[in-house]
Amino acid sequence: MRRGEEPMVPEAGFRSYYGQPIIKAPVWHEPHMPVYLYLGGLSGAAATMAAVAGLAGNDRLALTARATAAFGAVAGAGFLVAELGRPARFLNMMRVFKPTSPMSMGSWILAAHGATTGLAAASALAPVLPAWRIIAPLRVPVLGDAAVAASALTGPLMATYTAVLLADTAIPAWHEARKELPFLFAGSALASAGAAGMLATPGASAAPARAVAVLGAAVETAAGALMEHRLGLVGEPYRTGEAGRRMRIARALTVGGGLLATVAGRSRVLTALSGAALTAGALYTRFGLLAAGRASAADPKYTVVPQRLRLEAGQPASVPADS
Amino acid sequence: MAERMGFFTDTSICIGCKACEVACKEWNDVPDDGFVFRATSYDNTGSLGADTWRHVAFIERPSEESGDGLDGWLMSSDVCKHCTHAACLDVCPTGALFHTEFETVVVQADVCNGCGYCVPACPYGVIARRERDGRAFKCTMCYDRQLGGLEPACAKACPTDSIQFGPLDELRARADERVATLHEQGRTDARLYGASPDDGVGGDGAFFLLLDEPEVYGLPPDPVVTTRDLPQMWRWAAGAALSLTGVVALSFLGFSDRGRGR
Repeated sequence: MRRGEEPMVPEAGFRSYYGQPIIKAPVWHEPHMPVYLYLGGLSGAAATMAAVAGLAGNDRLALTARATAAFGAVAGAGFLVAELGRPARFLNMMRVFKPTSPMSMGSWILAAHGATTGLAAASALAPVLPAWRIIAPLRVPVLGDAAVAASALTGPLMATYTAVLLADTAIPAWHEARKELPFLFAGSALASAGAAGMLATPGASAAPARAVAVLGAAVETAAGALMEHRLGLVGEPYRTGEAGRRMRIARALTVGGGLLATVAGRSRVLTALSGAALTAGALYTRFGLLAAGRASAADPKYTVVPQRLRLEAGQPASVPADS
Repeated sequence: MAERMGFFTDTSICIGCKACEVACKEWNDVPDDGFVFRATSYDNTGSLGADTWRHVAFIERPSEESGDGLDGWLMSSDVCKHCTHAACLDVCPTGALFHTEFETVVVQADVCNGCGYCVPACPYGVIARRERDGRAFKCTMCYDRQLGGLEPACAKACPTDSIQFGPLDELRARADERVATLHEQGRTDARLYGASPDDGVGGDGAFFLLLDEPEVYGLPPDPVVTTRDLPQMWRWAAGAALSLTGVVALSFLGFSDRGRGR
């Protein structure tokens, strides 16, 4: 309850109401919310990979990516609905189109992305259906290619909007990370989709997936390191406690899986190890982010100290008059 | 639109009776919020939440001379701030949260699907999800009573007029006078919180007269509506989305399978 006498070390003397949190922690559950974030990223990057693989003529990898993208979107939507306090009212998301709400925009992105990736996967898998001869004149592959092209637009949005979802809150560890989080999510999504591509595609055709995985792991690691470095006190939850443990495991798995992917080549064992490590790393990142958000909300220090410093610097917060 | 209505909570005359908490629960049918002995003075509600729409805080000030014993009390009835720029409303994906004709912020219980996004968005930690119900709840400034021309239950029940309800402009003028009076009486620590339309949320519909720094009462000293930075967030996300596409394109260079292995 005492105030520090030296402004150089304000965290030593911040005041609070019996140490209680000021803001509320996110109510989102495990595993629903972090798994949704993982599946959304996986699906988004896989859709992009499907489109580029199609253009590059790598049909085998394109097929894997199409199936992965559709699976991620459908399974992700399932986790999203299950997370709601009133799942039966999921469609209320569709009653407004609201640019000030990243979750509203995300719902529309997910709807569009689910439709395009679903159509893309269905058209690729349709030829194995017994009824193919009947529906073949409907030019399903052309429809499918159009859907793939569209999902190359929805995919990158799907993989990165979730960063805005987290950043657009009062949680200091999330809000202040608004510049790095999109790149952390993009990198993690690439690593996830690359891993899935490696795991489910024969060696020769999987080479670009390995490259996606390696580059994605590099982007994820760099963005995470930059974020923790830049945030200072507000970034403490990413380094300490349960969240810190998860983030460290995530980084070890991502770096290890990424390095393995560079040498995995056509080795099935190394490919399996690398793909599993990258997938686990991407999941750990999402669970770590949620834990860091909870820790950031639980300690009033992260809310009070930066705001107090702002006031003492004579730069109180304000909103533009037109907003 | 009707006049903007608000609360002015003058904590200098709060006696900590909790009549506001009781009246709120009675009128709004707010469920039990748990009977917990918190060992933090006489506070047994703790904080605002889905089942606590008024919360009376008790701050015990130790004696400055001896370091032990009580020198004085601070008591304050906290409530939803009904921000001009309300983050909970901005981020709500269903439109369940809306601005009423009194410019208060209210959840439509028949629309809310319990996504929980408003909860971490609020810079004051007010709104919360009622887990056994699934939806989000908070103070409505007694929207139903206002529609009937009545003042909210908490203000009606307050025995000292610590909680005052009325047109926001009138309340702000009255609050300025009250601060001036207290300063004349030597209470130089009196200050208004949430009264300025120039702050990070565009001013609160429910503002306070405090006798110490806001964080002592569990209030953020310089809150900001998170959506203020939303354009910047989308710009960075767009950059990341483009980078993602670029990385995928880059990864396929030199690995073209066309004409090979088919």
